Amino acid sequence: MLTYALVGLEPRRVEVEAHLQKGVPSFAIVGLADRACQEAKERVRSGIVSAELTWPLRRITVNLAPADLRKEGSGFDLTIALAILAASHQIPPGSLKAHAAVGELALDGRVRPVGGALVVAEGARRAGIEFVLCASESAAEVALAGVDPVPLHHLVEAVDYLRGDWLPDPAPLGKNGLPRFASCPDLAEVKGQRRGRRALEIAAVGRHNLLLAGPPGTGKTMLARRLPGILPALAEEEALEVTRIHSVVGLLPREHPLVAVPPFRAPHHSSSMPAIVGGGSGPSPGEASLAHRGVLLLDEFPEFQRPVLEALRQPLEDGVVSVARANGRAVFPARFQLVATMNLCPCGGKGDAAGCSCSSVRLARFHEKLSRALIDRFDLVVAMPRPRAAELDGSGEEASALVRERVQAARQRLEANPPRLSAEARSLLTDAVERMALSGRGRARVARVACSIAALAGAEEIERSHLAEALSYRIPPELTS
Amino acid sequence: MTSARPPCLTRRSRSYPPLLEAIHDPPRRLYLRGTGSVEMLSRPAVAVVGTRSCSSYGAQVARRLGRELAAAGVAVVSGLARGIDAEAHRGALEAGGPTVAVLGCGIDRDYPRAHVALARRIAEVGLLISEYEPGVEPAPWRFPARNRIIAGLAAATVIVEARERSGALITADFALEDGREVFAVPGEITSALSRGTNELLRLGAAPLLGSGDVLALLGLEEAPARSAARLSEQAKRVRELLADHSASIDELVERSGLAVDAVAAALVELELAGEAVCAEGIYRAHEQR
Repeated sequence: MLTYALVGLEPRRVEVEAHLQKGVPSFAIVGLADRACQEAKERVRSGIVSAELTWPLRRITVNLAPADLRKEGSGFDLTIALAILAASHQIPPGSLKAHAAVGELALDGRVRPVGGALVVAEGARRAGIEFVLCASESAAEVALAGVDPVPLHHLVEAVDYLRGDWLPDPAPLGKNGLPRFASCPDLAEVKGQRRGRRALEIAAVGRHNLLLAGPPGTGKTMLARRLPGILPALAEEEALEVTRIHSVVGLLPREHPLVAVPPFRAPHHSSSMPAIVGGGSGPSPGEASLAHRGVLLLDEFPEFQRPVLEALRQPLEDGVVSVARANGRAVFPARFQLVATMNLCPCGGKGDAAGCSCSSVRLARFHEKLSRALIDRFDLVVAMPRPRAAELDGSGEEASALVRERVQAARQRLEANPPRLSAEARSLLTDAVERMALSGRGRARVARVACSIAALAGAEEIERSHLAEALSYRIPPELTS
Repeated sequence: MTSARPPCLTRRSRSYPPLLEAIHDPPRRLYLRGTGSVEMLSRPAVAVVGTRSCSSYGAQVARRLGRELAAAGVAVVSGLARGIDAEAHRGALEAGGPTVAVLGCGIDRDYPRAHVALARRIAEVGLLISEYEPGVEPAPWRFPARNRIIAGLAAATVIVEARERSGALITADFALEDGREVFAVPGEITSALSRGTNELLRLGAAPLLGSGDVLALLGLEEAPARSAARLSEQAKRVRELLADHSASIDELVERSGLAVDAVAAALVELELAGEAVCAEGIYRAHEQR
């Protein structure tokens, strides 16, 4: 009987063999099974008995091969049960050909879903296996991999199916309809904030990292949360990539497992390093990877632990996180768009009428945390001063859907024919590098942003005005000194 | 420190600054660091001081004063502290002009740590001086004493921003005791950072509305203005609006009727032309004279 273990995001083939021999009745699982996997003994025994099948009173040995690969979790339960049933001739042994299985057993024999069903199914497809027995909840997820799921509620159904007595409902398991954007708050609810909205739109076009800085209560978080709503849907290949990651962590909704819209993750600033970049004993993906092809929002950015922030530099640069642990290493994709918000000083008073009351030590620590290397990763920095009252009663603003259409069109232009710097813009850039003390990286960043602005404007070339606007999003000196 | 120059001035030295000698308790020794000429200490000097936790407005004014005073040939004296002091030094350095930092510790101590680079730049064209021997640690009680030297070296003292009971007010007191002119930069009455300076104004300090006020006192002329750059129509429009009062981009969009991208581009144009400055998302006019 076949199933697949997860190593990072990769399926590894695991063959489950059961051997019954005469002797004192016993049950052993060998093959580097972890604790959850060892406990399968009790679940499998109860499950088989509850399904009114016979528990063979023999000396039972179950081997999970290859024996040197560490196996974790409860996803092997169903496979172990079927292997034992086949070995005791309760199901025809030949019937397991062309099948793989994944699922946890309840004590009463019900089949429960486990995380990573998509990855298991993908492993099966690559090995040419057509059918995957799984919990009915996982069926839609398994179908995404391009194999036929056999959705099960109970172990009895698996047995009936393999005996040829029962066929699962051929429920329509399409690739789950249209992308849904509904869950994200809409830009139409934001009054005023023209500068912020504009920055958000440019960031969406070029997938630029965005930093919103200003005193508390100026709408930084409110804007940041609306970024995913103006991002175009994911391409099919991207969607599968994201779904795989979310599957491993068990985050997929049952009905619509395919993650078709860019994911949005907003971890709290108390999050640990493994929670953000991934880790754990058998490395599992962190928030950075869950935000792959989507948005990672770090609210109150300077409140995060320094090592966590520094650890984000690798994925920001390479788009992947590689985690090495004693029990193995894994490389997770993590090409996310970083959006961060921050106050201008620890007390939040800077930029407000009240003024800042921070001690010099606190201020120094604050600035130390925002290392130049990290701040340099933001393409767009928007200073958000406190709006005066008059701006707050602006009337109906553009809805996210409208902005999204513009973003999509600009992205298409950007891919088909990226605008180049015009001679005028080039001379302005050279001028600005000198006068505004831009670093080499800063220069490249401004050019990238200008490119997105030109694409939004539908221009063939990056004009002087596009570059000038891009310069207004440069890192202000007060953030780095 | 070059070995050719005496590392220390005593009161008997010929180059001991006469203005400093005239104060109530002049320091017995002055230790020097930097390649600036000792004569700098005897030139007309203006002290520019203020709070450490200054606002962006205060920082802008301090820097501009530093620049304009230095350009007119005045030595800018301050205390190398964070905030106003540092901005005044930076402004003077921008004009390539003379500046003197008076320390409350040994001249070889890097204090404050954040200003190591600034101290080095000052040492290249100006002077760092202290009445304490090299190696003396910074201590809170030494700073008021240091302030008497700042006030003593200068013919006039400008307080840019100060809270009530700010250390900068101590410098103002020393200046008054020594019979020197004290200027205060008027600030918003709602800002805690301007309470000290506005109080000085009430007590009779001269309001400082531009570097010309101090220069007139010293009998000096302002340096000629730079030639104005050519600006686009939009930039001119935005400049007019900024001349009224400072504003955020959103406010400028509201008042100009221009699109947000046009306003942003116009502001960058003004920044490059030196006609506007930005801090914390608020843009201010920076008029050329």
